[in-house]
Amino acid sequence: MYKIKFIAQKELWHILRDPRSLIIAILMPIVMTLLYGYAINLDIKNIKLAVIDFDKTSASSNLMGRFYNSGYFSEVTDPVSINDPEMILKKGQANAVLIIRQGLGEAIQKLKSMRNLASVSIDNYELGLIVDGSDANMAAAAGSYSSIIISQVIKDNLPLGFEFPGIRISRQVLYNPDLKSSHFFVPGLIAIILMMISALLTSVTIAREKESGTMEQLLTTPITPRQIIIGKTLPYVGLAILDGFLVLGFGGFYFGVPFIGSTLLLFVFGVIYVIAALAIGIFISTIVKTQQLAMMGAMMVTVLPSVMLSGFIFEIKNMPLVLQIITHIVPARYFLLIVRGIMLKGSGIELLWVEAAFLIALAIVLLSVATKLFKLRVS
Amino acid sequence: MPDAVTIEKLTKKFGDFTAVDQISLTVGEGEVFGFLGANGAGKTTAIRMLCGLLLPTSGNGTVGGFDIYRDNENIKKSIGYMSQKFSLYGDLTAYENLWFYGSVYQLKKKVLKDRIDELSEELGLHEFLNRLAGNLPLGWRQRLALATSVLHRPKILFLDEPTGGVDPVFRRRFWGMLYDLADKGTTLFVTTHYMDEAEYCHRISIMHHGRIIELGNPSDLIQKYQQPNLEELFVQLISKKSEESADV
Amino acid sequence: MNLVQISNLDKSYGQLKAVSNFTLSADQGELLAVAGPDGAGKTTIFRTVCGLLEYDNGTINLAGFDIDKDFDKIKPLLGYMPQNFSLYPDLSVEENLYFYAGLFGMKKNEYQQKRERLYQFSGLGLFAKRRAGKLSGGMKQKLALSCNLIHDPKILILDEPTTGVDPVSRRQLWDILKTLKQDGSTIIVSTPYMDEVALADRAIFVHNGKKLIEGKPNELLSHFNSAIYKIKAVPSSGIMDQLNQIEGITSRRFGSSIHLYTRPQQNMEVYYNRLSQLGISAESISPIKPELEDLFIQLMEQSDA
Repeated sequence: MYKIKFIAQKELWHILRDPRSLIIAILMPIVMTLLYGYAINLDIKNIKLAVIDFDKTSASSNLMGRFYNSGYFSEVTDPVSINDPEMILKKGQANAVLIIRQGLGEAIQKLKSMRNLASVSIDNYELGLIVDGSDANMAAAAGSYSSIIISQVIKDNLPLGFEFPGIRISRQVLYNPDLKSSHFFVPGLIAIILMMISALLTSVTIAREKESGTMEQLLTTPITPRQIIIGKTLPYVGLAILDGFLVLGFGGFYFGVPFIGSTLLLFVFGVIYVIAALAIGIFISTIVKTQQLAMMGAMMVTVLPSVMLSGFIFEIKNMPLVLQIITHIVPARYFLLIVRGIMLKGSGIELLWVEAAFLIALAIVLLSVATKLFKLRVS
Repeated sequence: MPDAVTIEKLTKKFGDFTAVDQISLTVGEGEVFGFLGANGAGKTTAIRMLCGLLLPTSGNGTVGGFDIYRDNENIKKSIGYMSQKFSLYGDLTAYENLWFYGSVYQLKKKVLKDRIDELSEELGLHEFLNRLAGNLPLGWRQRLALATSVLHRPKILFLDEPTGGVDPVFRRRFWGMLYDLADKGTTLFVTTHYMDEAEYCHRISIMHHGRIIELGNPSDLIQKYQQPNLEELFVQLISKKSEESADV
Repeated sequence: MNLVQISNLDKSYGQLKAVSNFTLSADQGELLAVAGPDGAGKTTIFRTVCGLLEYDNGTINLAGFDIDKDFDKIKPLLGYMPQNFSLYPDLSVEENLYFYAGLFGMKKNEYQQKRERLYQFSGLGLFAKRRAGKLSGGMKQKLALSCNLIHDPKILILDEPTTGVDPVSRRQLWDILKTLKQDGSTIIVSTPYMDEVALADRAIFVHNGKKLIEGKPNELLSHFNSAIYKIKAVPSSGIMDQLNQIEGITSRRFGSSIHLYTRPQQNMEVYYNRLSQLGISAESISPIKPELEDLFIQLMEQSDA
């Protein structure tokens, strides 16, 4: 214990002596929270929509109003060519073009005067929507928003008491009723930043001692590998947890992300997750010899999978099977579900035990492999 | 004989700290000059000013006839610099290192090829040309570093602890190579902690706390201070100076 | 009392045989110098002895403990100073010392006493708050040595502690080593300086991972099997070329004079004729005593030939 304290204290000196790294470690979570919060907002708003209106009836202007007042579409201020809708997209004047052919007024009239479903005439009226698909998310959103708006219009124009035939979806969103993406990314960020600080900094700090030759000196003194590992990683556990709280606080304060569940439970799982991350960091440092390689290795092995394969950005069930299998050894996958569960749903251990069991198992395996590989020899 | 290096009251201050304090000396063309001093006496700072890597705080100086304030570019063309810490690229082969440094001095392909051939013959580097510089034994690395620093045939060669940690056999051979260069008219400006090497020099200066405290021919100095050798002379002189400054 | 016993040590890196059949022993209070060219295997031997490298064959016994079985018992008795500066440059002199004291499980007041003693003989007290990275070369080495002395090791292994250190600091370091030796420490030190080898109780010359010779420094000189003469003459390259053409003589430039090496018991007079043709008179030739460096060079050249 006594010796671990010394190693931890020395490591703390290193951290405090290098103000640049320390500032990065503290600012990074804040900057990332802001970045994800503002720049990479997953809610798609302000789709620029140009309308080419050949119908020119009150029904068509009514429809345009519906689009622009929805909050998702914005008007195009530049004059656009009505003969070449594709050009509008090419020039980047709009993200989507709605073409209202002649006959919308009549079609609406027919709807209104409908007596029964059987009398609905089959000569369909078609609205044209051309979407710039180069931004796939935006395109998908434009499509789905439009169909919602149009079905709304149709429903409003049906005579009282009429319903669409077939199946209806009754949509009700729980836990994140505003569907705000900040509620999703804050838990994700906690997972990524904890991983990054713990794994990356640990592997770099061990590699630095190898690179400078101090490891050689250290290994001839009466300390065990376990003491070195625990002592060196303790300050980073502290730093990682501090960062975790920074993201939580910033997310709550700035983006109003709720925290429904137990802080203590989250803290306990946070520590388990950090141990798994540290183990990965130690594992990397046993393989590489330079700080540069350690940094690159840690980026590859920890940060990328935590972003890509944890379900943070991409849904796991939509991934190819191979990747889905790989996600099982990504600690962030389990931790993400745990954080979301605790923060947004207020779930307790009774609901999270599967993820928790996986995470604990992973941490134990990783840590024992890493300590075993961390040799008391220089090669 | 024109002077290869002249410096007059050259001074460099870093904040309150005077690293080099009004040093003056001249080195003749073709001379082997030993620039001695304790660790931290200011030798490296002085050499950096002469090589045009650092601007002096005050004083004057010329290297190869060029002013150290104004003719930076010309100085760099006429000097070579080799240091123990001078980094060869460890992940390039000896040949690639030579090729790279030759290209930096814009030597023509044909000329560069000939010079590499010639130098590897003289320095016995042939069998090492295709090995990675990082894997060469220390003594061979020093030779390679020497080769890269003289590829462009500099008139003046600055050597900053070129033989640190090198064993006696290599050191003697290395000095043989330096003599050959001097015989061809290259001026050598050398720092070293090996006092036997300093005895090989035509003239030496001894620096302490930024000042030159003694300057002259090694055997004359040994006689002047009645010491058995340069090592003893150096230790006596520096210890005496340190005691004096401690008294103040 | 025998404190270090290395027997028949073998160590290879793949194809390369770094150390072969190496044997070394050192008694308590003995100062042993290991000399050899770069790549001779000195660092490999030291690292192996300090438990940092696996070895292929042989036994290593320190202070009566086998290194494979009882390494934990050896560690508190051992101080090892690697070749490259291996302290933390961003920590101060005092913090470095404090850290190492902690690693050896020292109590606070014990450490403070020890620190004052180390400051006394190293002169580092004046720089206690300075960062290690900002020390001069000599001071760095003194700090590295001090960190290794904090726990009063019985065995001290130093890999080229004086490389890159100026003559004054070098002498101070050796003064420290002599004091330690008098206090009973066993010291094994490698060095490229032959004048340092001369200060040791015993010297071992290593080449290509093998022991060449071993003995007291002044006795080793009896292995030197040629004679050296000093000629007072300007060593121009012309003269050197002509001298080297004379059969049975090797000549070397030595500052402003020339050294001639001949076979042992060779009568120099047979060369007087040839030498006078080069303008070298008999009066300008005087025999000089060989030094360890001359022996070293001879051994290396014979072994390479």
